[in-house]
Amino acid sequence: MPKTLVLVATRKGAFVLESDADRRDWTLRGPYCEGWPVYHAVRDAVTGDIYAAAASEWHGSAVWRSKDLGETWTLSSEGLAYDEASGKKVSKVSSLAARNGRVLVGVEAPGIFQSTDGGETFSLLTTLAGQPGSEAWDDPANQPPGHLGISALALDDADDARFWTIVQGVGLFETTDGGTSWTPRNRGLRADWPRAHEEVGFCVHRMVRADDTRLYQQNHVGMHRSDDDGHSWTEITEGLPTEFGFGAAAHPHDRDTFYVIPLDPGHGRTMPEGKATVWQTRDAGSSWRPLRDGLPQHDAYLGVLRGAMTIDSYDTPGLYFGTSTGQLFASNDEGESWSEIASYLPPISSVEVAIVD
Amino acid sequence: MADVHLPGTLTPLFPGLSRRIDVDAGSVQAVIDELESRWPGMRDRLCEPGPHLRTHIHVYVDRERASLGTPLDARSRVDVIAAISGG
Repeated sequence: MPKTLVLVATRKGAFVLESDADRRDWTLRGPYCEGWPVYHAVRDAVTGDIYAAAASEWHGSAVWRSKDLGETWTLSSEGLAYDEASGKKVSKVSSLAARNGRVLVGVEAPGIFQSTDGGETFSLLTTLAGQPGSEAWDDPANQPPGHLGISALALDDADDARFWTIVQGVGLFETTDGGTSWTPRNRGLRADWPRAHEEVGFCVHRMVRADDTRLYQQNHVGMHRSDDDGHSWTEITEGLPTEFGFGAAAHPHDRDTFYVIPLDPGHGRTMPEGKATVWQTRDAGSSWRPLRDGLPQHDAYLGVLRGAMTIDSYDTPGLYFGTSTGQLFASNDEGESWSEIASYLPPISSVEVAIVD
Repeated sequence: MADVHLPGTLTPLFPGLSRRIDVDAGSVQAVIDELESRWPGMRDRLCEPGPHLRTHIHVYVDRERASLGTPLDARSRVDVIAAISGG
């Protein structure tokens, strides 16, 4: 029977929750990575290695690696730094993507490093230099506290040379040549603020792929859908309680089903009315319905960060989301019912799931 | 031999590293070079590119705040401190 592993990145280390394919009973392991703040943890589906992007206030940024499903870990930051002459520093490693020993690492100040030896050494792949306005968003003085830089990386499972990245507060970009050149993929997105350049200046919080052509995203202002692989976007916010949120997940077997967790905008950024709710569309955003069974409905002012919601790939997919106050919720029935599978973790930055045969 | 005292946050990262070690070095920089040669990766944990000491890594030589260039004598005590930062 396969194992189900949920990888949880928190401000105080990484944790692993483990269950079987039923996903009813869970055991928790951790904290790992010596309690370093971990921003993202992923599993390479080909090699089975787990990677965790971490940044210690004392000891700097590194990528931790485990070859035994999280039982033991080593770390490396060899090559994971900008040249001093660039004037830029790696303040944190924010996002990861890994397949077959190739590890992409998104950092702040914005840049992507790459390892081709399973996370032992790294080299700078790109800073997306030359993109409209990049001279400004490369300037450390323009980056707010807590800035993630490269806040997400998304691989194309069928094409190693193609992947997407999100530059926080700037937008979504696609490369089809392994990171040498980039194209902004923000056409049709809404932005309620002035922008110096037509194709960038968008606040993309989370992008997920449903299939080869269908993408969804949770934006700072609205949820959006693309039916042409990100070349253009259509807003699908109507029917949701707010336009703001971070977490998002696309159903792995039904391109029209998509999940988000709307939050109050502004400084609060918690679930509206203190009712924990995941919203689901089954018609590509034409209509939405709340999923609340098993989630706290009173005084639950929970926040969910941009990497902290995911979905597994079982025939009946399970959903998972972690909160910035350390609760982890899971559903093994496509979101119809939920249970709290961890209650007292440190603030959760990201949640990923892997099925291990 | 300099008498080097390291923070407890380092020892879990490097097998065989103890918090107190003797290092034959003429400067703080040379101490870090020697630590790097014995435990590869150590420099990254203490220094940023340049190299410069990381913001929250403070070094004291004979109880005086030091920099990478601070010289040592044969009996210097070197304290490497992970300065308090956040909660």
